[in-house]
Amino acid sequence: MISYARWKIALVALVVLFGLLLALPNLFGEESALQFARDRAPVVEADRTVIEQVLKEKGVVPSGAFLDQGRLTLRFASTQEQLKARDVVAEARPNQFTIALSQASRVPEWMRNLGLNPLKLGLDLRGGVNLVYQVDVEGAVKQQLDHHEQDFRASLRNARVPYQDVLVDYPQRRVQVLFRDADSFEKGKAAILADNRNLILTDLTVGGAPAVQMLMTPQEIKDRETYAVQQNIVILRNRLNSPELAVSEPQVSRQGVDRIEIQLPGLQNSAEVKKILGKVATLEFRMVDETDNPLEAASTGRVPLGAKLYYTRDKQPVLLKREVVVTGDELTDASFQPNTQDGPAVSVGLDSRGANKMLKNTQENLGHLMAVVFIDRSRERNAAGVDVDRTTEEVINRATIRGVFANNFQITGVNPIEGRELALLLRAGGLAAPLTPIEERAIGPTLGKENIAKGVDAMVFGMLAAFVFMAIYYKVFGLIADLVLLANVVLLTALLSMVGVALTLPGIAAVVLTVGMAVDANILIYERIREELRNGVSPRAAISAGFERAFSAIFDSNITALIAGMVLWGFGAGAVRGFAVVLVLGIATSMFTSLMGSRAVVQLVYGGRRKLDGLAI
Amino acid sequence: MEFFHKVTRFPFMNTRKIWYGLSAVLIVGSLLTVGVRGLNLGIDFTGGVDVETNFPQAPNIEQLRSALQSAAVPGAQVKAFGSSRDILVRLPPDPNAKGEQIGARILEVFRGVDPGVKLLSTEVVGPQVGQELFVKGGEALFATLVLIAMYVLIRFTSKLAYGAILAVLHDPICVLGFFAVSQMTFDLTAVSAILAVIGYSLNDTVIVFDRVRERARTARKLTIAQIIDESINQTLSRTIMTKLVTLLVVVALLIFGGETLHGFSAALVIGIIAGTYSSIYISAALALDFGLRGDDMMERKVVKPEEVDGLP
Repeated sequence: MISYARWKIALVALVVLFGLLLALPNLFGEESALQFARDRAPVVEADRTVIEQVLKEKGVVPSGAFLDQGRLTLRFASTQEQLKARDVVAEARPNQFTIALSQASRVPEWMRNLGLNPLKLGLDLRGGVNLVYQVDVEGAVKQQLDHHEQDFRASLRNARVPYQDVLVDYPQRRVQVLFRDADSFEKGKAAILADNRNLILTDLTVGGAPAVQMLMTPQEIKDRETYAVQQNIVILRNRLNSPELAVSEPQVSRQGVDRIEIQLPGLQNSAEVKKILGKVATLEFRMVDETDNPLEAASTGRVPLGAKLYYTRDKQPVLLKREVVVTGDELTDASFQPNTQDGPAVSVGLDSRGANKMLKNTQENLGHLMAVVFIDRSRERNAAGVDVDRTTEEVINRATIRGVFANNFQITGVNPIEGRELALLLRAGGLAAPLTPIEERAIGPTLGKENIAKGVDAMVFGMLAAFVFMAIYYKVFGLIADLVLLANVVLLTALLSMVGVALTLPGIAAVVLTVGMAVDANILIYERIREELRNGVSPRAAISAGFERAFSAIFDSNITALIAGMVLWGFGAGAVRGFAVVLVLGIATSMFTSLMGSRAVVQLVYGGRRKLDGLAI
Repeated sequence: MEFFHKVTRFPFMNTRKIWYGLSAVLIVGSLLTVGVRGLNLGIDFTGGVDVETNFPQAPNIEQLRSALQSAAVPGAQVKAFGSSRDILVRLPPDPNAKGEQIGARILEVFRGVDPGVKLLSTEVVGPQVGQELFVKGGEALFATLVLIAMYVLIRFTSKLAYGAILAVLHDPICVLGFFAVSQMTFDLTAVSAILAVIGYSLNDTVIVFDRVRERARTARKLTIAQIIDESINQTLSRTIMTKLVTLLVVVALLIFGGETLHGFSAALVIGIIAGTYSSIYISAALALDFGLRGDDMMERKVVKPEEVDGLP
């Protein structure tokens, strides 16, 4: 008997069975589906009941349904059914859900509930748009400094402390407040600290006058940058989930330090999505300067102290006070109201900080005009490679404050299309920092299908060639190797399905390559067995020696391939990563199947025989 | 079936000067070609716009070029890729390029030539991304080499390790040379292929070294050159068989994988051939010239002086 522990055979059997189970969902194929999402809130079980009820009434029955990550997916037997269902729900529950057309696997629900999912396909295989945005983290830091400046001015004004100036120094990342004398210095510092408890202010003298300085620490700067990127991710997700953009399964992820990658599978035309995504739109509420003449300021170019010149949409000059009452950051909700008594309006909700400021402001300024400024910032790189900021600031509405309000009010004076877009942008939140698109890849569905076909062809023919070769060259042992190779592919598929890494075309190439490398291990073992046999060793001893002695060579050679794979994995960029992930996992599975799996099969084939005269190798 | 029924007896060590010469020619030739002709860098590295279209019938490329020119699409390169019906249009980097607009624009122009044309894909890569990826690719290459060198240094005696590292350097240079000669598009997937080749080509070197180490401990009477020759010959069948099967698979990838994987599979094919060559002819020979001796491979803690000298 060749000795090989029973438990090892059992382990191999167990792993392969488990692999088969995990790989199973890939056999079901896909069909047309609808995806229901809602911005800001997940779709829940109750919604599912409602939607299914609505469909049932119209005689449309989905062939499957599941909830995942706040999205409801309904599958349909045909595209006609799918389209009909979309119209039915859109009509019965208007504006409640984002409904996107997509494809979904036919995996039964019980499997899905067990966490068994099919392989995800990358964009190069299913078609779609891949966008990479650069986040202007520098801009985010500047914004933070600007905030401090405004806060300091406000604190000093409220405490009625005279001061010379508040200076922002972007490169040094500091804000300095200059006072006239020691008395106002003490009071001013106290006033600022009272409003901003966590700040650390250092005393200094600038040009002989007492001053305080707020310096951002490296940690604060880093935090601010991280915050800007993460905040942008949240906002982009919100925007992508809005009903106005019906995209299915959008994926937004951080790439490197200051980049955001967005994957939009199945999307064909990215124009509309990009228009919404890149908007840095935000709002500011400012009081109108009613004492000065805006026309005069516009024609002479001399803007009165404490005011700022703006234009309305129809190019009318307006003078607004420098102090901002409330900014878009303090918004918590915005919704479009098509029919109010004042025409279309956007109803706005504020957080407590914003509400406090608004309350105070409306109490003090009852009967005065307040303006809403719409700010749209975009950042583009010009031909010389220099970033150019393009900021559009427009007064979209001026209205008399008719009552005291705080956290809830309406903005009127918008047209229906604008109102809808404004509500979407406000609701999703203003971007914490401007975004620049730096990469865009759009793959049509035809190319995706073609890529799959090519990848599968290459895999099938490559594996077939290897299989035939092994069977001819190593006879029974070759067939064992083939069996083991198949198990390797099953295990790899299982692992990839489990981990949820998207399979790309380079990924398929990596599968093919790992098949080649898995064959290597088998060849090493078999050649060693042959060599032992030539040296006159008995078949049984030759098998044992073959597996044992080949081990170190297999191990060493796989480690170096693994190192290369790991480096590639860390490299990060899309196509390369897809390749690296599969390569690394494939090396792991191939080591397991060749060393343990093929040993187990050899044991099952030859182990039981009492007499072993020769090996078919 | 067996191709190598008897253990071969090729005198690798005695002929090593010839193989060094061949390698030197390959390396210098590759570097020169890369220097003179340069690499045909893909959009990943240069930045720019790639638009892939598909025609129902093979179009006249000249006609497409002039159509683009008269439609004022500046600097457009038009060429067939894969089949003659697939046309790739490449535009220089433009910081404000909007993918969907350019794609639509080119499609519109091409519709004038053949109304059945389809848009396959659009890719826009900003110039700064390209530069960055180029640097990152170089870093990844360097990191892989260093890490693998460290591993080999830990696993094997330093002289063997130097041989292995130099031999491994040889392979990516040959692949680069191939890309320079063929002017095949060198993109990110080609870089990943090179990294995979580095990791993979060390396989047989390791196998040869493993055998050298094993033989050095048992066959004390032979000179080190003889041991190396024997080891290479003994492992020759597996070195060639493993690479042959992998090549089979990779060639399938080259034939069936389509245009996207062309550069990738070509890099693998060249890399695997170069790797096999360098593991057989170069790595161990270098170790010998670095002064490898049998003692280098003794397990130090086990070997006590009296055991080595005292036994008959």
